Amino acid sequence: MEKKEHIISVLVHNKPDVLARIAGVLGGKGYNIESLCVNSTMQYEVSKIVMTTIGSKETVTRIENQLRRLVDVIQVDDLTNVESIHRELILVRLNLTADKKEQINKVIDTNKWKVIANADAYVILEIIGDQAQIGFALARLEPLGIADITRTGIIALNLEN
Amino acid sequence: MKLKGTEILLKVLEEEKVEIIFGYPGGAVLDIYDQLYKSNMKHILVRHEQGAVHAADGYARATGKVGVCLVTSGPGATNTVTGIATANMDSIPLVVFTGQVPTGLIGNDAFQECDITGITRPCTKHNFLVRNIEDLAPTIKEAFHIARSGRPGPVLVDLPKNVMAASTEYNPAGIKIRNQEPSYKPAFKKMGILLEMLNSAQRPLIMTGGGVILGKASELLTALARKYQIPVTGTLMGLGSFPGSDPLWLGMLGMHGTYYANMAVSHCDLLIAVGVRFDDRVTGTIDTFAAKAKIVHIDIDPSSINKNVAVDLPIIGDTKAVLKDLTKYFDEHNYAYEDSERQEWLNQIADWKEKVPLTYCQNGQVIKPQFVIETLHKLTKGDAIITTEVGQNQMWTAQFFPFDKPNTFVSSGGLGTMGFGFPAAIGVKCAFPDKYVVDIAGDGSIQMNIQELATAAQHKINVKIVLLNNGYLGMVRQWQELFYEKRYSHTDMTYAPDFVKLAEAFGVVGLRATKPEEVESVLKQGLEMDKPVLMDFRVSREECVYPMVHPGDSISNMSLGSREMIN
Repeated sequence: MEKKEHIISVLVHNKPDVLARIAGVLGGKGYNIESLCVNSTMQYEVSKIVMTTIGSKETVTRIENQLRRLVDVIQVDDLTNVESIHRELILVRLNLTADKKEQINKVIDTNKWKVIANADAYVILEIIGDQAQIGFALARLEPLGIADITRTGIIALNLEN
Repeated sequence: MKLKGTEILLKVLEEEKVEIIFGYPGGAVLDIYDQLYKSNMKHILVRHEQGAVHAADGYARATGKVGVCLVTSGPGATNTVTGIATANMDSIPLVVFTGQVPTGLIGNDAFQECDITGITRPCTKHNFLVRNIEDLAPTIKEAFHIARSGRPGPVLVDLPKNVMAASTEYNPAGIKIRNQEPSYKPAFKKMGILLEMLNSAQRPLIMTGGGVILGKASELLTALARKYQIPVTGTLMGLGSFPGSDPLWLGMLGMHGTYYANMAVSHCDLLIAVGVRFDDRVTGTIDTFAAKAKIVHIDIDPSSINKNVAVDLPIIGDTKAVLKDLTKYFDEHNYAYEDSERQEWLNQIADWKEKVPLTYCQNGQVIKPQFVIETLHKLTKGDAIITTEVGQNQMWTAQFFPFDKPNTFVSSGGLGTMGFGFPAAIGVKCAFPDKYVVDIAGDGSIQMNIQELATAAQHKINVKIVLLNNGYLGMVRQWQELFYEKRYSHTDMTYAPDFVKLAEAFGVVGLRATKPEEVESVLKQGLEMDKPVLMDFRVSREECVYPMVHPGDSISNMSLGSREMIN
C-alpha cells in the first residue's frame, strides 16, 4: 500500500479537551501527527483542525472513521482527495554577521521575501507558500545560517464545496 | 424552581428512569450521598469501586438499559477504570458519576484529586467535567443519550464538589441536547447485491455477534436464518443472539470454538457477519479466515468495517434496522434457496458435528468442570442468567451451556477482565430477582473481587457462585503446558482460602463438592436456597479447554486434545 501525506480537516466543537481527544485517537492507534493547525471558525463554538499524517489510503480512512466516532467531532474531510489549496507560513531570523550580510540581503532581494523586522544584527523574514515553496525557501536559507525558525502547520481549503 | 446540584442530579436520574445505583461514598460525594439519604433511589453499597462498575455493567447487559454508578474522587475514580474499559470494549451503556475536588482546587494536587477525565478519555465513549451548575442537567441528560445511542458505551461525568453544592434554576422541559443517533438510510442497492450473493452461494453462513444483542435484533436474525435455512455461528459476545438449542446453531467460532463452527467458517462461500468486529481470538490468522468466502459485514460502526478483515459488502446501520429491511427486501423479491444445495451444506455440517462433537470425559473420581456446567444447565433447564469470570471457566461456559435467549450470557469478552463475573452477577440479580443468576468462576478470578460477598450478604442478593476450583490460573497454565513445556511459572494457586469458610465468614452459604456424584446434589441445594451461595467444586486440576486454535494459526487447524490434530 502506497504511503503518502494526507491532509485531514476536522470541524469540532470548541471544547477544552477536544484537541486532546483528537491527538489521543491518533496517538493511541500509533499514528503520528506530522503537522497541526487549530483555530476557531467564524462561529466561536466551532473550531477547525487541519492536520497532516502519513499513511496508506486504508490507514487514513481508518483514522477518519475513528475521528468520526468522537462525540465532539462534527465533520471530517480528507483534503488530499479533492482539489485544495495548501499554505504554510515560516518566520525566520537570520543573523547579519559581517561575512554573510551582503549575501543575505541579495538573496532576500532576489526572492522578494518579506522582511517584517530588521536591525543591525538580524533580519526576520515571513515566508508563505505551499510545501514546495517553503522547501525551496528553506534550501536557500539554510546556507545563510538560520538563527531560529518557527513553522506553522499546513492549512488547507478545498476549491469547491 | 431553584434546586441544588445534588437535587438536580437525582431529578435527572429519575427522568432517565434510573432504578438503581451501584456506588461507594467518599469525601467529594458526601453532598450527593446526603441527598440519596433523603430520596427513594435504590443504592447498592459495594465493597470496591471496581465492583460497582461491573455490577452496573451486568445490570446493563441483562436489561439493555443504562447502568449507573457513583463513586468519590481520586482513588474512588481510578478504581473504576478497569470496569469502564471492560464496558467500553464490549460497547455496554454506562453512566459513571465520579466526585471531584472543588473547581478552584482542580490542578492543585488537592487531596483525593485526580484527572479522571484525562485518565478515562481513551476508554470511555465520551466523558465530561461539569464546571458550572448551569451545565449540570444538560450534561447528565447528554451523558445518558450518548451512552445508549448508536454503538453504546460508557460515559463518565466528573462532578466537582462545589458545583453539586451550588443552586440554579431547574427546568427539565427547557433542556436541549445534541442528537448523537447516527442517521440510517436503508441501502436497498446493497441488499440487492446481498440477494445476488446469496443466490449464487452454495454454502452461506451467518456469524452473529454482540451487536445483535445490543441492537435487540435477535428475533429478526433468528427468523431470517430459520426461514432461509442458513446455519449460524457466533462470537463469544453473540452467545444467546441465536437459540443454542436450534439445529442450525454451530456454537462459538474462534480460538476455542467448536470444530464444526470453525470448519464451516473455513469452508463457507458466503459469510454474513452481523454486529461483530472480527477480534483476533475469532479470526485466527487473517489470511486464512473465511478464505473461500465473500464477506458481508453488517455493523453500526463504520470504524469496524475493514478494520481487521477485508469485507466484500459492508452495510452500515443498526443491526435491527438493517435486518428488518433485509427481511422485507428478501420477501418482496421472493428469495428462495435451492433446497438440495442447502441440504448438501447442512449435511456437511452435520457430518462435522458427528465427527468431532464438543466433548469431555467424566470418568474416575475427579469432577470435570464441563460436567458441572452441563449439570447446571440441566437443573436450571437453561432458564438462568449466567455470568462468567475470564479464562477456562468462561470458555467452558461458552461451550457447554447453550444460551437460547439474548442478554442471558454476561461475560467480559473484549477486555477479558478477571473479577468481572461476580459483581456483574450482583447487578444482574438486582434487575431479575426471580431468576437464577449464576457466576461461573475460577479460583483465580473469584479472588479478584471476593470482597463483594459482603455486598451480596448485606443486600440479600441471592446470586450463586459456581466455583470451578482447580488450584491454578487454569488458562494461563494451559498455555504454559502447551507452549512453555509445562513450566508453570506462578500459576499454581493452591495456596488459597478455604472458600466454604470464607463464604461463611462473609455471611454467605458455602458448599463443597469433591466427587462427581456430589455435583448434582450440591448444585440443587445451592440453587434452591433463598440465599447467596458459593459452591466450591474441586475439579480436575489440569483439564484443558479444547478445541484450541494455537495463537497465530488458522482456525481450521484445531488442536483437539487427546485426539489427533484434525486438519
